[in-house]
Amino acid sequence: MDNDVPLVRARDLHVSFVSPDATIAAVNGIDLDLAAGEVLCILGESGSGKSVTLRALMALNPRRKTVLSGELSVGGYDIMSMSESDLSSVRGKVVSMIFQEPMTAFDPVFTIGRQISEAIMRHEGVGQGEAEKRALDLLEMVQVPSAKRRLKAYPHELSGGLRQRAMIAMAISCRPKLLLADEPTTALDATVQIQILLLLRRLRDELGMGIVFVTHDLGVAGEIADRIAVMYAGRMVEQGSVADVMARPLHPYTQGLMGATVHSGNRGERLTTIPGAPPDLRYPITGCAFAPRCSHASEICREALPAFRHRADDRSVRCIKLEEAA
Amino acid sequence: MLFYIFRRIIYMIPIALAVSLVCFMLIHLSPGDPIDAMVPADTPPDIVKQVRHDYGLDQPLPVQFAYWLGHVVQGDLGTSILRRRPVLPDLLTASGNTFVLAITGGLLGFLIGCIFGGIAGVFRGTWIDRILLGTAVAGVSIPHYWLGMVLVIIFSVGLHLLPAMGAGPGDTGTWAWDMDHIRFLILPALTLSVIPAGLITRTVRGLVSDIMGQDYITTLRGKGLRSWRIVQHVFLNAAPTVLAVMGLQLANLMGGSILVETVFAWPGTGAMLNDAIFQRDFPVLQATTLVLALFFVVLNLVVDLIQTAIDPRISRR
Repeated sequence: MDNDVPLVRARDLHVSFVSPDATIAAVNGIDLDLAAGEVLCILGESGSGKSVTLRALMALNPRRKTVLSGELSVGGYDIMSMSESDLSSVRGKVVSMIFQEPMTAFDPVFTIGRQISEAIMRHEGVGQGEAEKRALDLLEMVQVPSAKRRLKAYPHELSGGLRQRAMIAMAISCRPKLLLADEPTTALDATVQIQILLLLRRLRDELGMGIVFVTHDLGVAGEIADRIAVMYAGRMVEQGSVADVMARPLHPYTQGLMGATVHSGNRGERLTTIPGAPPDLRYPITGCAFAPRCSHASEICREALPAFRHRADDRSVRCIKLEEAA
Repeated sequence: MLFYIFRRIIYMIPIALAVSLVCFMLIHLSPGDPIDAMVPADTPPDIVKQVRHDYGLDQPLPVQFAYWLGHVVQGDLGTSILRRRPVLPDLLTASGNTFVLAITGGLLGFLIGCIFGGIAGVFRGTWIDRILLGTAVAGVSIPHYWLGMVLVIIFSVGLHLLPAMGAGPGDTGTWAWDMDHIRFLILPALTLSVIPAGLITRTVRGLVSDIMGQDYITTLRGKGLRSWRIVQHVFLNAAPTVLAVMGLQLANLMGGSILVETVFAWPGTGAMLNDAIFQRDFPVLQATTLVLALFFVVLNLVVDLIQTAIDPRISRR
């Protein structure tokens, strides 16, 4: 692949869900760039649009209810203009996803081996026997103990951690260029969580995949990511390198997130909370979406949407107060 | 799995015993004395007593039951009071005829139900869904004996296309799978299929639209499977439940086609039961009820076993 073309390039990406009752503007204009081998972590609370953004990257939101717009290219494919059947050759092959809930993301009546080899047979053009052999290799690669036996197991026969590993094995089965991970560790306990993160980092190094990772866990973000993007109400509010964002969050919302979570930076301090609740995305928002919960907010914040400014220190932030200060 | 099957068959023995006890008792709990139907009203009391003794009806009930059961397990289902010949051969012919009708009607209903329900489930909330679901509700709601009569009026009386009654030319009462006989099967089977078709449409629709909303379907799309592959996954997930509903429906059709068999004069167990009830022919009644009930039990076992075989979530121990 041409190294000048980014792995992911999204411009003004919008996603809204249409139902007879309401239209929900879940993602409102996102710009995203990701180079091969780079790990981006999207941070935000529930309903901030991070999972929706992730799914939009492979046009996986329910087709009948979703309106996608903007520019989006992934691995050189123009996702927006592709039909469902064209997309099916890209999904799993060029871009694939590790789903959030390993409990429900596997088909309960098919064996793990069948479900992994199904993807391999679809994209690699090999027969059942060869596909099953590769599935076995993959399970060993993600360190599933007694992999041969697990191949014949049904999802309910595996523990949560093993299911998550099997899910990762399935996602990387066709060596995708881009791996999307939707909170892959939230359902797991802390020790398994670390193992999974180390595994993902190793896979990135070995296979050179780009990874977009969604979480609301700052610790997880710090462990694996190169860059962090913080989302609020369907928009990006801050982006920068992990070290910068964690050490010196600029946006009041990011500061609030840091203050509300335990991480190395605030050990020994009292945790704070962000007052209020995220806005209802069924109604249009004027001005800064975070203004109603922001302690620094003034009239000017409510008047117009602040721009997402790129700063000299290679960070971007959406806050009018910071512009004033600069 | 083999041990599981074996164990399930052993479990059937107490069930079968209980079923036979209920069948036996039902006759004795229902009003009316069979002897009254057998002898003229002006028969002298001592002759009535003699007849009662000949049939063993003066014995205590437990003795009668043990005696009856002893014969049943040897394949002797008693002698018809009216026809004065063994019940078993007639019952076998009639059960065969009913089975032919039930299985044809059932499979027809199953097929229609799967197609309608599958389409309605995939297109839930659209006008296609509304039309198919409306048809299904109508199918369950229409009394099938009425529908049978309407079909007879249209296709037999009006268009002279299909025969209105019987199970074959010449009224021999024995079934054969040839065109001459199948002509007789079409209308009753169609009539009988309407209720299972409606029920299965609703079941499949609910299952399909539920499964389509599951996370694992998104996973399947996410790994790039083509739509027909995804439909395969949907159907395999729906299969165990659909099968269970279908099994119960088939059992219902075996025992519950009395009205349809009466409308079409189909020589099955329904007609046999009908005659036996009106004429108080209790050996026939007991034997027919028992055979139908045992069929129900066996069918349930078969459905359970198939379900266990195809659904990995069910424990096989």
